[in-house]
Amino acid sequence: MPEKLQQLIDMFQMFDPADRTSMLLSYADQFREVPPSIATRPFPKSHQVPQCESDAYVWARKQPDGTLQLFFAVENPSGVSAKALAAILDKTLSGLPASDIATVNCDIVEQIFRQNISMGKGMGLMAMVNAVQALAKAAERQN
Amino acid sequence: MATPIEQRGYAHPDALVSTDWVEQHLNDPKVRLIESNEDTLLYASGHVPGAVHVDWTSDLNDQIRRDYITRAGFEALMAKIGATTDTTVVFYGDKNNWWACYAFWVFQLFGHTNAKIMDGGRVKWLKENKATSRDVPSYPKTDYKATDRNDAPLRAFREDVLKHLEKNGQLVDVRSPEEYAGTRMHMPDYPNEGALRGGHIPGAKSVPWAKAINPDDGTFKTADELKKLYCEDNKLSPSGATIAYCRIGERSSHTWFALKYLLGFSNVRNYDGSWTEWGNLVNVPIEK
Repeated sequence: MPEKLQQLIDMFQMFDPADRTSMLLSYADQFREVPPSIATRPFPKSHQVPQCESDAYVWARKQPDGTLQLFFAVENPSGVSAKALAAILDKTLSGLPASDIATVNCDIVEQIFRQNISMGKGMGLMAMVNAVQALAKAAERQN
Repeated sequence: MATPIEQRGYAHPDALVSTDWVEQHLNDPKVRLIESNEDTLLYASGHVPGAVHVDWTSDLNDQIRRDYITRAGFEALMAKIGATTDTTVVFYGDKNNWWACYAFWVFQLFGHTNAKIMDGGRVKWLKENKATSRDVPSYPKTDYKATDRNDAPLRAFREDVLKHLEKNGQLVDVRSPEEYAGTRMHMPDYPNEGALRGGHIPGAKSVPWAKAINPDDGTFKTADELKKLYCEDNKLSPSGATIAYCRIGERSSHTWFALKYLLGFSNVRNYDGSWTEWGNLVNVPIEK
C-alpha cells in the first residue's frame, strides 16, 4: 500500500461518523476535473468506470520522470462520494510509479467510507479503484 | 415548467408539495423536512435549510436482519428529529426521490400518514437556485409514541407474491427493460448484487419507474399522463390488487407512491424483497 494512502486510511480509522463525513466532503470539495489537455467531453467510454452510477471516468498519464498522474471526471453532479474518492486517489497516488499504484486494492473503499456506503454505492466506488489499478498495471506493462 | 400540483388531477394531491411550498414553510415548526439520498454524503454537501438527514440504510433498516426498524427504533428516530405525531414530514432526495419515497413508505408502515414528498426532489431545488445549507439542525427531542409496525396493507412478502400470482394479481416490474428481460440482472451502471437468475415475476408488466416523471426536473407527470401509462398502455386497474417491485424496493416505492397517491390505486403494495430475493429464491416461477 502506498505510504500516503496508508496514512490517510489510518487517519480515517480514527474518525467518528460525523468527522468521517466532514473529511470526505472536504475531499469532494477539492475534486478537480480532468483538464482539457487530457480529455474533453464527450469523454470516451474506454475511460468510463464500469458499474459507477456517478458516471465517472479515469485517466493515467506517464510523466517525464516515469511516474503516473491520475485524472478524473465525475459527470453526475450528485456524485459527491465519487468526487471524494477521486480526490483521495489523486492526492495519495498521483506522482507514484505505476508499480506502486498497481498495489492499491478496493478494500480501501470500505476502510475510508465505512457507514457512508449505502447499498450498491460501495461497489461503484470499488470499481473506480479497480479502474485505477488496471490503468497502473497497463502502464507497468508498457515500461 | 411543470403544471401546478393542484391542477394535475391527482387522487391525493396533498401527498405532494412543490419546492415553492417547502420554501414558504422552511421555518414552519409543524413541518419537518427530511432528506433521504442514495449518496450519503449529499446531505452534508448542502441541503434544504432546516432539513434533517434520514438515511434509509442506517436509520430505517434493522442492522442485522433484512427488515425495517421496530416501533422502538421508529420512536427513537422521530424523537431525534424532533417530530411529533402531528408533524408534517416532507421527504425529498436525490435520484428523482427514489429514497425519499422509500423512506416515506417506511414511515407509512408506522402509520405516520402526515407525510408528503417534495416534487422534483434535490435536483429541482438546486435547479431553482433555492437556498441550501451545510448547517445540521438540532431540534428539541420529542416524545413520539408510535404504533406497532403494520406491514400488511403496504408491504408484500414473498408468500404474498406467490398467493398474488395464484390469483392473477397485478404486478408491476419497474426495472429497466433489460432487467425485466433477464439480459441484465442489475441497473445499467449499477453493480450486480448477485441474483442468480434474471427475468421477471410471471405476469408482471414492465413499466420502468422513470416513465412516471418529467426527466428535465424530476416532477411527477399529470394524472392523465400516468393513467395512460399504467391503466391504458399497461392495462392496470386502480381497483385491482397490485404489487410493485424492482431490485430492493427503492424504485418500486417511487412507483408505489405514484399509483397509490397520484392515481388512487386502492390496494397497492411494495415488494421490498424484490428481485434480489425473487431472483435467488429456489423453486419460484420466472419468466423471460
